[in-house]
Amino acid sequence: MTRAVFSTGPIGGNKPVAHINMSTNLGPLEMPSPMLTASGCAAAGRELDGFFDITQIGAVVTKSVMMQARSGRATPRMAETPSGMLNSIGLQGPGIDSFIEHDLAWLNERGARTIVSIAGGSVDEFGKLASKLRMTPGIDAIEVNISCPNVQNRNQVFACDPNLAANVIQAVRRNTDPRMPIMAKLSPDVTDIVEIADAVVRAGATGVSVINTLLGMVINTDTMRPHLAGVTGGLSGPAIRPVAVRCVWQIRQAFPDLPILGMGGVRTGRDALEFILAGANAVSVGTVVFHDPSSPIRIHNELEQELIARGFSSLSDAISYAHRGPDPVEEPEVGEDDLITE
Amino acid sequence: MPIQVKGEVLDVRRSGSYHVLSLTAPGITEITRPGHFVTLGIGGEESALLLRRSFAIHQVQSRGVYGGTLDIVVGVQGNGTRWLADRRRHDSIDIVGPLGRPFVLPKEKVNCVLVGGGYGTAPLFMLAEHLRERGCRVDVIVGASTEDKLFATLELKRVATSVTTTTDDGSMGTKGRVTDVLPAVMEKSDAPVVYACGPMPMLAAVAEIAAHYRAYSQCAVEEAMACGIGVCMTCVLPIVGDDGVTRMLRSCTEGPVFRGDRVRWNDIGTIPPDTLGAPVERGH
Repeated sequence: MTRAVFSTGPIGGNKPVAHINMSTNLGPLEMPSPMLTASGCAAAGRELDGFFDITQIGAVVTKSVMMQARSGRATPRMAETPSGMLNSIGLQGPGIDSFIEHDLAWLNERGARTIVSIAGGSVDEFGKLASKLRMTPGIDAIEVNISCPNVQNRNQVFACDPNLAANVIQAVRRNTDPRMPIMAKLSPDVTDIVEIADAVVRAGATGVSVINTLLGMVINTDTMRPHLAGVTGGLSGPAIRPVAVRCVWQIRQAFPDLPILGMGGVRTGRDALEFILAGANAVSVGTVVFHDPSSPIRIHNELEQELIARGFSSLSDAISYAHRGPDPVEEPEVGEDDLITE
Repeated sequence: MPIQVKGEVLDVRRSGSYHVLSLTAPGITEITRPGHFVTLGIGGEESALLLRRSFAIHQVQSRGVYGGTLDIVVGVQGNGTRWLADRRRHDSIDIVGPLGRPFVLPKEKVNCVLVGGGYGTAPLFMLAEHLRERGCRVDVIVGASTEDKLFATLELKRVATSVTTTTDDGSMGTKGRVTDVLPAVMEKSDAPVVYACGPMPMLAAVAEIAAHYRAYSQCAVEEAMACGIGVCMTCVLPIVGDDGVTRMLRSCTEGPVFRGDRVRWNDIGTIPPDTLGAPVERGH
């Protein structure tokens, strides 16, 4: 297997580099690395395994799968935007049976930790997907994509409504092993993301994945029509990072112990550190994989060095560190001589 | 298996209205075959241009000290291609390749017709060389809107058996399109296979003419891609499989070379209703 040539640092590199404990967990799912792929940006891991060892990252999060095979939307499906992109894929995929038989089987054989992302057009479809997966070994967690913006009807963006979001999570929880971690993937396109997080947690979600893409649009100034065949698309990449960090921060403030998988425009170890400090237990790399296919491992290594440079002896010490109380005010040392007054 | 390397710019030179970049790409060039492509990271590590740009590999050389080098042909169209054209010797560029499925070469010495439109001619040089090495007759047709948009026609004459040139404005060669002269070349060569690379409408027309002459066509498509490695699903085209079923296939990993008779040219930009997994009624 050929690996990235310029991979440096602890994984795959030769240089002697300092190490700290980088392990983390999302509820019961323990992982040796906090870096994951993001759903829809890594297919089912196979293509990326040529660029880095996918068993060395926290987990592969697979592209959202539905019950049936699905063609997705017409092209053009993407547009480049400042520090980001719009996509309008429309959940193209092979359907759950083919996914289990081919993609999941390959991930298991390869030995990669796997978070399976599911998407449904109805509450019922989510429930059916969950019961399919219940029969299937080799799944470390389920991510429930209730926030794909590329659907015909905004009512299908379940994550925009706390009741709909809760209904979906309940359906998945009821149909899956009680020990299976369920991550609800949330949309930033809401007034109060904490309200949605609260609804899914009450409905049985183990944790939340934040954020999905933001609904966006580009007009082609040559054709003077919408650039995407699907008219609107999901905005991703470094352009949305501050929005994502804000969402992680708000949810962490409301839920001190909730497992949070943070994502949104992570490009470097320093970006990942922002998410960790804001409260993410783990971080996904999405669109940046298109730019740099070996980025998940590179960012893992960079993050480790960023933590060491700030004096952390383990990743877990840095999680939510930005929420700490005010730094103690340094009292000037008062010596006996100072007490003598004239 | 494609790899990612930090390449170095050895040379940037003009050719007509194009720029030809020579890059070191150790590990990539050794396994490159005609029709393969590479993607390049644009604008350095902090670039606001996130999407890689893809280019057909024009030539590969093994140059002792540099290891392998490859040439790509860049037509400046926007910010990304402008940045590439502005590179200078010793600049470094992130390269991923070789990508895609290359041209399928005939097992026997048969006559071949190659058709290139604009910078789509770039991958045909290596292809012509490989075919000539196998003893094939190689008749090439190259076309563009104007003379300056023809790519390296003189150099092509060295590797091809014959070269026919067309321009839309008649500034060089026959006035008209490549497809205007293709039937005559097909009649003369009686080629059982046509290779083509260029804009989609040209490929569609070439595939149709090839089918008319009962020739097999191999078309290298140009479709907008975000990743080039098969994970983003943006570059899909409606392709008919061996089982007769239409699927939306990725140009990057299942292409860029497709059999011309398998691409539903007229349906590009749509999801044909009989595609596997096509939307039923008005649902999403």
